[in-house]
Amino acid sequence: MYGGGNTFEGIKTDSVAQEDPAKLAEFEARIARGEKIEPTDWMPQLYRKQLIRMIEQHAHSEIIGALPEGTWITRAPGFRRKMALMAKVQDEVGHAQLLYSAAETLGKSREKMIEDLLSGKSKYSNIFNYPTFTWADCCFISWLVDAGAIVNQLANAKGSYGPYCRALDRICAEESFHLKYGHHCVIYLASGTAKQRQMFQDAINRWWAPMMHFFGPSDKISAHTEVLMRWKVKMATNDDMRNQFLDMYVPKIWELGFTIPDPNLKKNAETGKWAYTEPDWEEFKRVINGDGPCNKERLEVRRVAEERGKWVREALKSPKTAYVTPLA
Amino acid sequence: MSNLALKELLYKMADDLLVFGHRNSEWTGFGPLLEEDIAFSSMAQDKIGQSQALYQLLHQLGEQEPDTVAFTRNANQFHNCTLVELPNREYDFSLVRHFLFDTADALRWQMLMQCSYTPLAQLAAKVRGELRYHTLHANTWIKQLGSATEESIGRLQQSLNELAPYALGMFERSPYEDQLMADKIFEGEKALEARWQQAIEKTLAQTQLTLPDWKIQTPHVGGRVGQHTEHLQPLLDEMSEVFRIDPGAEW
Repeated sequence: MYGGGNTFEGIKTDSVAQEDPAKLAEFEARIARGEKIEPTDWMPQLYRKQLIRMIEQHAHSEIIGALPEGTWITRAPGFRRKMALMAKVQDEVGHAQLLYSAAETLGKSREKMIEDLLSGKSKYSNIFNYPTFTWADCCFISWLVDAGAIVNQLANAKGSYGPYCRALDRICAEESFHLKYGHHCVIYLASGTAKQRQMFQDAINRWWAPMMHFFGPSDKISAHTEVLMRWKVKMATNDDMRNQFLDMYVPKIWELGFTIPDPNLKKNAETGKWAYTEPDWEEFKRVINGDGPCNKERLEVRRVAEERGKWVREALKSPKTAYVTPLA
Repeated sequence: MSNLALKELLYKMADDLLVFGHRNSEWTGFGPLLEEDIAFSSMAQDKIGQSQALYQLLHQLGEQEPDTVAFTRNANQFHNCTLVELPNREYDFSLVRHFLFDTADALRWQMLMQCSYTPLAQLAAKVRGELRYHTLHANTWIKQLGSATEESIGRLQQSLNELAPYALGMFERSPYEDQLMADKIFEGEKALEARWQQAIEKTLAQTQLTLPDWKIQTPHVGGRVGQHTEHLQPLLDEMSEVFRIDPGAEW
């Protein structure tokens, strides 16, 4: 699951001027023709750097995203939910594996990426820094956070870097099952007892702000990304993706009889755009920079897992093995 | 054919698999490698699926629905061996337990392929494909880590020594052993234990690990009759936390 949007702050395009103009022109022409760029093809340094950053953040979001839902595997009510949630969270970890491999094709090892995650140097999706207090929170993630991720990932799957697009095609196929599972869980809460309905309403109230943050800062304030859009690294603006999500899911939430904690949420019939209260971008920045309700806990879990697993990884090494970049 | 004997067998198998699957699932997000998170999750899904299938057979024999049986009993009503309820601890502990349990579990199901109770024999045929991967996974890792570094060998040996008495508790004799054998349902715990020891020896012989001396071990029994360690009830409380909010509700 990944919302994107927070990836491209502070891009310096100076390096592009130093690229070989002929190679750069051919590279841009290939992308304009809709061709995919493969690992051994020539690419500008900025393209490589931004892709690594984006794919790496996506991979981190998958493993960190496994934690808030994973904690409900042992508590899922009944066999059906337990089996499905286990499979779903396992998929997310599998996505991380695919994505780390895709990023490795660009020259950064999985170990280095994990190291940067733990040191705070590289980020992951902000939404996983919020706690899942109840089963309904877990259902909110499975349905709506996954829905948001699909909006983002379907767009990115049409991007220009071959290994990332192929990974995203596989990921989106699995995410569509997650969405069905999440929706099914929510329908049971919506049509259940008063307590169950209240549980989900409370979850919406808690998660709406992080959900709006999920797609990243408003286009009005986010960094300029023209070059990344031209290179098909970034495929849609944050506001476009947020609007697409609202358009698809707000009616579904209302249809189930729940309310959304934003009095200004309304679709403009003429423009087709949704109006909403501007999310608190200061909170977004604060949380992404480490001061959210669960940042410390999430990273601590990863750190402990890495430390405790170190002897296993050491025991797998043989003096004869050397690092090999995975095939695309 | 006595239903009591058959039910006792089904309950202990189902409870073993549910509790062990639950423990396996706790590795999700915490494995030493992403690949191991994924492997333990796959095995957890298989185990819990198999337990559900066994509770379904019990339901056909007049017991309550699988969800009710799994999510509402207390520890003293569970028949799993104590081996599976111990907390995961570090990877070496979980891996050695996985090896000891799954070697026995695969052999048990293999023996049940000849079971005179057809639904169980059919289920045994069905789960065979899954179990192959569980033992393949356990044996591969035991062989690798059991012959790698000083630390990995030391850790595995320590866990093996600690887990040996609990492993023997898997074969706690049932009051119905003779009857199960007479009815050709199951060849009995004693036969299973002998085969298990051979299989364990065969794999460990390919490592630098030392086999525990089974004769001097005191098996940790009681699990089959509801006497558990202090670890089972908290596990069950956690498992049923949401279900108990409203057992009548549909989730």
